[in-house]
Amino acid sequence: MRIAVCIKQVPNTTEIKIDPVTNTLKRDGVPSIMNPDDKAALESALVLKDKYNAEVVVVTMGPPQAELILREAMSMGADEAFLVTDRAFAGSDTWATSTILAAALKKVGYDIIIGGRQAIDGDTAQVGPQIAEHLDIPQVTYVVEIDIDEKNNVCRVKKEFEDRYQIVEVKGKALFTVLSGMNEPRYMLVGGIVDQEEKAITVITVNDIEVDRGNIGLLGSPTKVKSSFSKTVDSNKELIELSPQEAAKVIADKLAEKHII
Amino acid sequence: MSKVYKYDLFNQMIEEFALREVKPIAEEVDEEERFPTETVAKMSKIGLMGTIVPKQYGGMGGDYQMYVKAVAELSKHCGTTGVILSAHMSLCVAPILDFGTEEQKMRYLPRMSTGEWIGAFGLTEPNAGTDASNQQTIAVEHDDHWVINGSKIFITNAGYAEVYVIVAVTAREGRKVEMTTFLMEASMPGFTIGKKEKKMGIRGSSTCELIFKDVIVPKENMLGKRGEGFKIAMKTLDGGRIGIAAQALGLAEGALNETVSYVKERKQFGRPIAQLQNTQFTLADMSVRVEASRLLVERAMNAKQNKDRALSVYAAEAKLFASETASYVTSKAVQLHGGYGYTREYPVERMMRDAKITEIYEGTSEVQKMVISGALLKK
Repeated sequence: MRIAVCIKQVPNTTEIKIDPVTNTLKRDGVPSIMNPDDKAALESALVLKDKYNAEVVVVTMGPPQAELILREAMSMGADEAFLVTDRAFAGSDTWATSTILAAALKKVGYDIIIGGRQAIDGDTAQVGPQIAEHLDIPQVTYVVEIDIDEKNNVCRVKKEFEDRYQIVEVKGKALFTVLSGMNEPRYMLVGGIVDQEEKAITVITVNDIEVDRGNIGLLGSPTKVKSSFSKTVDSNKELIELSPQEAAKVIADKLAEKHII
Repeated sequence: MSKVYKYDLFNQMIEEFALREVKPIAEEVDEEERFPTETVAKMSKIGLMGTIVPKQYGGMGGDYQMYVKAVAELSKHCGTTGVILSAHMSLCVAPILDFGTEEQKMRYLPRMSTGEWIGAFGLTEPNAGTDASNQQTIAVEHDDHWVINGSKIFITNAGYAEVYVIVAVTAREGRKVEMTTFLMEASMPGFTIGKKEKKMGIRGSSTCELIFKDVIVPKENMLGKRGEGFKIAMKTLDGGRIGIAAQALGLAEGALNETVSYVKERKQFGRPIAQLQNTQFTLADMSVRVEASRLLVERAMNAKQNKDRALSVYAAEAKLFASETASYVTSKAVQLHGGYGYTREYPVERMMRDAKITEIYEGTSEVQKMVISGALLKK
């Protein structure tokens, strides 16, 4: 069983800077971490490695410095790492990113793919499901438990809803997106940190994958960000303490007064 | 040569570990004088106890840079946790690595690397402190074993350790004493743990007396050659002083961080005390000493890593300066916290109590001055 885990390097700060020209996030000079949902995805894969001796490979798309989270993943126990990087990929939206990653994952090879639900920088939750669509494989999102039955080629997963869980069985290749609350990711191991230094990372560029160049990068991205801005704190606040029923009426009246409803 | 990632990754890992596993229980460990076995188990799980041990002996194949960072980072939040690792590694794992036979390394290092066996070191006796040559513990040679009688005091990790590097007298001729080092195990018949000390600081660390009554130690447990005991003990302490200097550095850094946060919050005369010049100048004095300590610790660490002959002096200088810095910085931290700093509501009073020991154990500040000036005057 070969498990491919999609991970992303994200800025570890709430002060995200935005490029005024492209309206996309500026990542240089901002401290970076492995996206928390993705770290949970990696942990869930490593648990399957511990249990069934599954092979865990990590894949990230990003600038060259994203190598750091691949090396972090190997220090935690991932077997192999792939860095999908090329200037031609820059400025990709979720459609272009999932197009590239799907093509890269075909090259990497997988039985199942696990990714985080969403990244803390964009919060779109689109890339995972889109990859599954590009690869034409089943997907289950918002997963909090994964178990595999290799003999019957089946994965049994627990999907979280707001008020209930659903147990889903998937046959064959599949993609799951997981939530960061599902587990407590392990620490990097001292031995793993020492060993990763000897391991090479496979770089995948635009020439290594089969993609239509018109579907990737900034120009291949149908999404155009109109404008981005930081929220300003409105000091014009009014504190009213009421029971829920009374409060609902007051809020409705206020919204009507401002012609919002 | 591509970029080296291992130190960045190690730093990230140990900072996260200390923050999540060590900091939350530091106050409780001090208050209850409790050896943090659960933390040691977690440290073992990630491979910390075997950081510097080569892979062929079951270790992680890391180095002194990682180990020193680990001691400092743990000590930033809890001096007790820092010294548990330091005593295990510098005073027991390191001498086995440096002076042990292949058989001794194969017997001890794999289990010490996984944390199954914790290490300790015994030189000090009631009448042999700084005057370490006045040893009363005696080892008598028999056909295939030694019989050891005597006692040791103030032994860090005692009771929780399985492996002890012990110095004993093997011959005495007038005022001339021959000392030899042995590897003793807690399970050897006649080896018992005596009184546990109640201490001012590092209160979760176990500090006890060791009592040896007709303990039979196999010949193959002699560490190094007969008569090399004093030399091995002194070389072991050179390394140990780097660990304690790292502990002192961590304590000072931790207290400085706490203080920087506090002075920005605490308001007097209508503004945060961080805006007062006294606060600013004191912080600057604290910070410069911390950074100078860091450089001295790094120099000593590199000397140990590269087997530099200047290690002894560098380690003494690092320990002298870093431990005095720890006392200075933690005391200033309490002062800047004012009345609150004196209470156990804030961690700085604990840090101040923990800091004092770094000026005393593994050679007092005065011993470090003897080492430093001795080398100067020999020139």
